[in-house]
Amino acid sequence: MSEIRNFTMNFGPQHPAAHGVLRLILELDGETVVRADPHVGLLHRATEKLAESKPFNHSIGYMDRLDYVSMMCSEHAYVMAIEKLLNIEAPERALWIRTMFDEITRILNHLMWIGSNALDLGAMAVFLYAFRERESLLDVYEAVSGTRMHATYYRPGGVYRDLPEEMPKLAESPWRKGKDLERMNEWRQGSMLDFIEAFTDDFFDRVDDYETLLTDNRIWKQRTVGIGAVNPDRALQLGFTGPMLRGCGVEWDQRKKQPYAKYREVDFDIPVGTNGDCYDRYLVRVEEMRQSARIIKQCIAWLRENPGPVIVRNFKVAPPTREEMKDDMEALIHHFKLFTEGYCVPEGETYASVEAPKGEFGCYLVSDGANKPFRVHLRAPGYAHLSSMNEMAKGHMLADIAALIATQDIVFGEIDR
Amino acid sequence: MIEQLTTLLWTMTKITMIVLPVTIGVAYFTYFERKVLGYMHSRRGPNRIGPLGLLQPFADVFKMLFKEVIVPTNANKFLFLLAPLLSLAPALAAWAVVPFDDWLVLADIDAGLLMILALTSLGVYGILLGGWASNSKYALLGGLRAAAQTVSYEIAMGFALVGVIVLSGTLNLTAIVEAQAGNIFTWYWLPLLPLFVIYFVSGVAETNRAPFDVAEGESEIVAGFHVEYSGAGFAVFFLAEYANMILVSAIAALLFMGGWLSPFAGIPVVGETILGEGGVHWFLLKTVVFCFLFLWFRATFPRYRYDQIMRLGWKVFIPITIVWIMVAGVFRVMGWFGG
Repeated sequence: MSEIRNFTMNFGPQHPAAHGVLRLILELDGETVVRADPHVGLLHRATEKLAESKPFNHSIGYMDRLDYVSMMCSEHAYVMAIEKLLNIEAPERALWIRTMFDEITRILNHLMWIGSNALDLGAMAVFLYAFRERESLLDVYEAVSGTRMHATYYRPGGVYRDLPEEMPKLAESPWRKGKDLERMNEWRQGSMLDFIEAFTDDFFDRVDDYETLLTDNRIWKQRTVGIGAVNPDRALQLGFTGPMLRGCGVEWDQRKKQPYAKYREVDFDIPVGTNGDCYDRYLVRVEEMRQSARIIKQCIAWLRENPGPVIVRNFKVAPPTREEMKDDMEALIHHFKLFTEGYCVPEGETYASVEAPKGEFGCYLVSDGANKPFRVHLRAPGYAHLSSMNEMAKGHMLADIAALIATQDIVFGEIDR
Repeated sequence: MIEQLTTLLWTMTKITMIVLPVTIGVAYFTYFERKVLGYMHSRRGPNRIGPLGLLQPFADVFKMLFKEVIVPTNANKFLFLLAPLLSLAPALAAWAVVPFDDWLVLADIDAGLLMILALTSLGVYGILLGGWASNSKYALLGGLRAAAQTVSYEIAMGFALVGVIVLSGTLNLTAIVEAQAGNIFTWYWLPLLPLFVIYFVSGVAETNRAPFDVAEGESEIVAGFHVEYSGAGFAVFFLAEYANMILVSAIAALLFMGGWLSPFAGIPVVGETILGEGGVHWFLLKTVVFCFLFLWFRATFPRYRYDQIMRLGWKVFIPITIVWIMVAGVFRVMGWFGG
């Protein structure tokens, strides 16, 4: 009789559930996973090295491309690190805007996650519903920064510009006209803040909709309860952060524990799980969407009342306005210098981190006093999560791998950097 | 000689008259599926080819047929090409014994139900062989899953049908429908409610449709048993799958929902109008409703895991059916329903 060996299978990089370019080498005993070996690096773009070869302000756009579903949060960490080294403080309004957009980004990310998680487990409807809501938020991104994804909206010293007074309206097309168009434009009659407010008011019902499809669904529970359970101690050892850690019951959220921007002044709760399985992480993330909507509402209330500058008036760091450039020589020179050689950052090193939707996203920056960073290191939460794949997958079945990849909310942009 | 030829021609005509509408039904079932899923997902579904996208199925068919048939290296070419046909042939052959109306049936044989059971179980060979002959790991897993699943749900399905046989006392499908005559409450869905539900759920599992579509398992094993198929072979697998879905719906309509009988029959006033008369339209309507259920499941439910499907089949469905066959026997002896 010939020797019986386990079945080795490639899961990805071209696989509908591999979330990008994950290559997972699975050793299967029947359908049971004996070993799961993630191979990374297929999306490596040397972001850190690129950032080291450019002036500080040129690399903000690269940060969007790291975790391309939570764009502004990655920007936030990088911009905060530069601000720390320069020892400048963004105006208060800018900090509130950042807080609001961090939460909008969190909702964007969690919508993508709930959609793809449901789709990986076979529930198609949630995916399309989530993308419908994402569309509104991407329109907000576009209205404020000009692009739907890679915003480059946060700048050292504030944000690129103030919130628009008018929300762009949808244009007529053969597929979107008459009453439909009117209904879709209903929220867009006022300013952008009105639009976001209308969205958040409605959003609680939308989250309830997703929950009716999933939370008490027997099949959903069978597929998620007890899958990929991690105990809190082990989770800390593995370097888990974000919902992955909170799902295990560790109440760690940088927005509360090490507040940045305006998180100290807003009121919100941190949801935590108990069992640390896929189902608890699902519940945590769903509740986080509601909490984010709560924070956004508080930001809207503040931003309505308090107009003001959104970026520092320090022309060494932030550009002067176009109007000033037209008739002021100094301003023109500042603008030229800023966009060609940037600015020199005092010698030193710093670490700035934010609570990105996936966990702690940090930026370690070393400056030798030049206009380029000497060293940039990015701490991506997904990397630590993915490295626990073998541990989480062992003993589960092939179908659970899809559930695990989904629950880790893997995005390869940040893992491979 | 002439006589034999005419018989042959007449038989061929009759076969065409069933197979052609079934094939077109399958084509429009795919359209219906995409539209229904679209509206359930707040999108539009196909709407570009022809008015309302009605020509989409034909565009799909032509695309599939003109594509190259790729046989993977080291695949068993004979079995690889045979497998789609093996799954399609039984799916179409079973229609021979399906009565559309009390006079409209190709082969009014006494063991009609047995024939359907026999033919639908053959379909799994196509899937199993397709998965094995592809020489691909994903396909092999898909084939294994399909085989195990189909075999275990076959039992629950068979037992569910035994309940019908007990009550009606016959295997002839026309006679089974006629035994249900009366009004909507004498149809077998009421006395055999658990069996009816189990039959339909097993039917969904047997045709490998969501939430039991582990054999395809898009997010786990990509496309399962037909991952290596392209062009015509892929189209034939699809044809078989959809023909089977319609067949399961039709059988459910025949055995539990009174086939061509009108739901208004036996009701005073309404039942005496034209609405109370049975006819092929009622049968088609009931079939479409069951087909819609298939799509509805697919639009909303997450997928079961392979071992969970097995548990549901063996530990839940089979015991319930066995118990309910006894109950049906009691009904029969007491003469409460049918008989």
